[in-house]
Amino acid sequence: MSEFDLQFTLLLVTSGLMIGMMYALIALGFVLVYKATDAINFAQGEFVMLAGLMAAVSIDTSLPFIVAVLIAIAGMIAFCFGLERVVLRQLLGRPIIAVVMATIGLAALIRGASTLSFGPGVRALPLPVSDDPLFLGPIMLPPVQMVGAGVSLVFLLGFTWFFLKTRMGVAMQAVASNQTVAMGMGINVQRYFALAWALTGIVSALGGVIWGAMLGVDNQLPLVGLKVFPVVILGGLDSVIGAVVGGLIIGVVEALAAGYFDPLVGGGTKDFVPYLLMIIVLMVRPYGLFGKRKIQRI
Amino acid sequence: MLSINNIEVVFDGTILVLKGVTLAAHEGKITALLGANGAGKTTTLKAISGLLAAERGAVTAGSIELDGTRLDRMAPHDIVAGGVAQVFEGRRVFDGLSVEENLLVGAHTRTNLTRIRASMEEVFSYFPILKERRGQAAGYLSGGEQQMLVIGRALMSDPQVILFDEPSLGLAPLIVENIFRIIGRLRDEGKHTILLVEQNAALALAIADHAYVMETGRIALEGPAAELRQNPEIRESYLGLNDAGARRSYRDVKRNRRRQRWLA
Repeated sequence: MSEFDLQFTLLLVTSGLMIGMMYALIALGFVLVYKATDAINFAQGEFVMLAGLMAAVSIDTSLPFIVAVLIAIAGMIAFCFGLERVVLRQLLGRPIIAVVMATIGLAALIRGASTLSFGPGVRALPLPVSDDPLFLGPIMLPPVQMVGAGVSLVFLLGFTWFFLKTRMGVAMQAVASNQTVAMGMGINVQRYFALAWALTGIVSALGGVIWGAMLGVDNQLPLVGLKVFPVVILGGLDSVIGAVVGGLIIGVVEALAAGYFDPLVGGGTKDFVPYLLMIIVLMVRPYGLFGKRKIQRI
Repeated sequence: MLSINNIEVVFDGTILVLKGVTLAAHEGKITALLGANGAGKTTTLKAISGLLAAERGAVTAGSIELDGTRLDRMAPHDIVAGGVAQVFEGRRVFDGLSVEENLLVGAHTRTNLTRIRASMEEVFSYFPILKERRGQAAGYLSGGEQQMLVIGRALMSDPQVILFDEPSLGLAPLIVENIFRIIGRLRDEGKHTILLVEQNAALALAIADHAYVMETGRIALEGPAAELRQNPEIRESYLGLNDAGARRSYRDVKRNRRRQRWLA
């Protein structure tokens, strides 16, 4: 392997890791809801777009960037609270397919309504950082990606800490483990459902700003959310750590596919390789790398 | 005193499961609730702890009171905060959480950390093995240890009343003996009011002060435990005892069964 090849690989891997971190952030939103409420949220990508739209529109009305981010966060928390209360609470205890269908419908609704209200054009969502890449030895690092990866990392660590170390986090794990028993321990389960959705709102808002900054905000942005599925299947639907590792793996695999296979076949492999990996993982480890295999004593 | 006054419980809006159950659990006493499978014992406990709604059940008549406070209109978390803890059937620990975390979840309704620590030490004094295993995932404990953990977890809410649902189920005799000794200590030392649901009537009657026998959603019999231990029908149907050495023909048994059809 020549010097250039090595550098090229290194570049792909670092870029993949950074993108992967950002996938992990969005996947975290999905995992939080699944863990706490057993709901599979097919609208995760649309949440991200909605948040990006809130931030982009705020910036267009010449609000400062930080205010736009806060608006997106507050807006998404309110949106998720409302959604939980108005739609999903009614579906509690119904077959899981009801929730799945509701979120798919919701996804279409968000896409359509936002295009109707704000037009189909791409909106820029510029981060207040320079566009000049930083060089770390031979590796080139675009600042937007670095900020995105950094913010994702901070929040992933923060959520992990919250889950494992705080009483609220442990109570949330208890709710995830067994709702009836958690209720019997004096946990207000409804409130924890709402909390899970609110956290998802925060994660989606951050994801929306970061991904919006990288790709621009339009009705193609939800496609990012589809990547959540290979990520969470790989990591395990109910594992926070799994979401991180799954995100990183998918990010790197995608970057390598784009770097090595695309030139050979003329592009496009990056878009399906993650799903190929997902199918393989489903066949080998259906509960994911870190998913809950029920502890069973024999 | 925990009192249940003539309650009816309906599932799914149509299925009448409890048909007018009245019972009282006196302070600092063990009250046993006996009966066969499906008699409505667990449903009675769930009615007290407010967990019927999760199974689309509801108390449709009567009232449940703890020292005059109505429990039957309260949410489950308020009932726990009000001093009623439940030890679930079948050792339902939170698998992935450690022993210590399980206990902390049990103290969810409390905020004073020093007093929570004190409760945890109390639990460890009842069950020293849990202290040794405090960092382990609860899913990997043995069955007996898990039963100790769920009892300890219930104690963590500093309850006035503890509802036990089949604490002997699926455990080895020695462990059951140990668990029941602890239940006795919870009454004598901890001054807890205990409502004990058991299928093993001999065990329950040996420890209880008062007992009720449930059959198909009704209370069929009640009395001081010492009296029920001597009751011929109880001895026959629940304790599997009869007059020592007497041989009985199948026809006698059959007649007895027919006579007791209302019981079964």
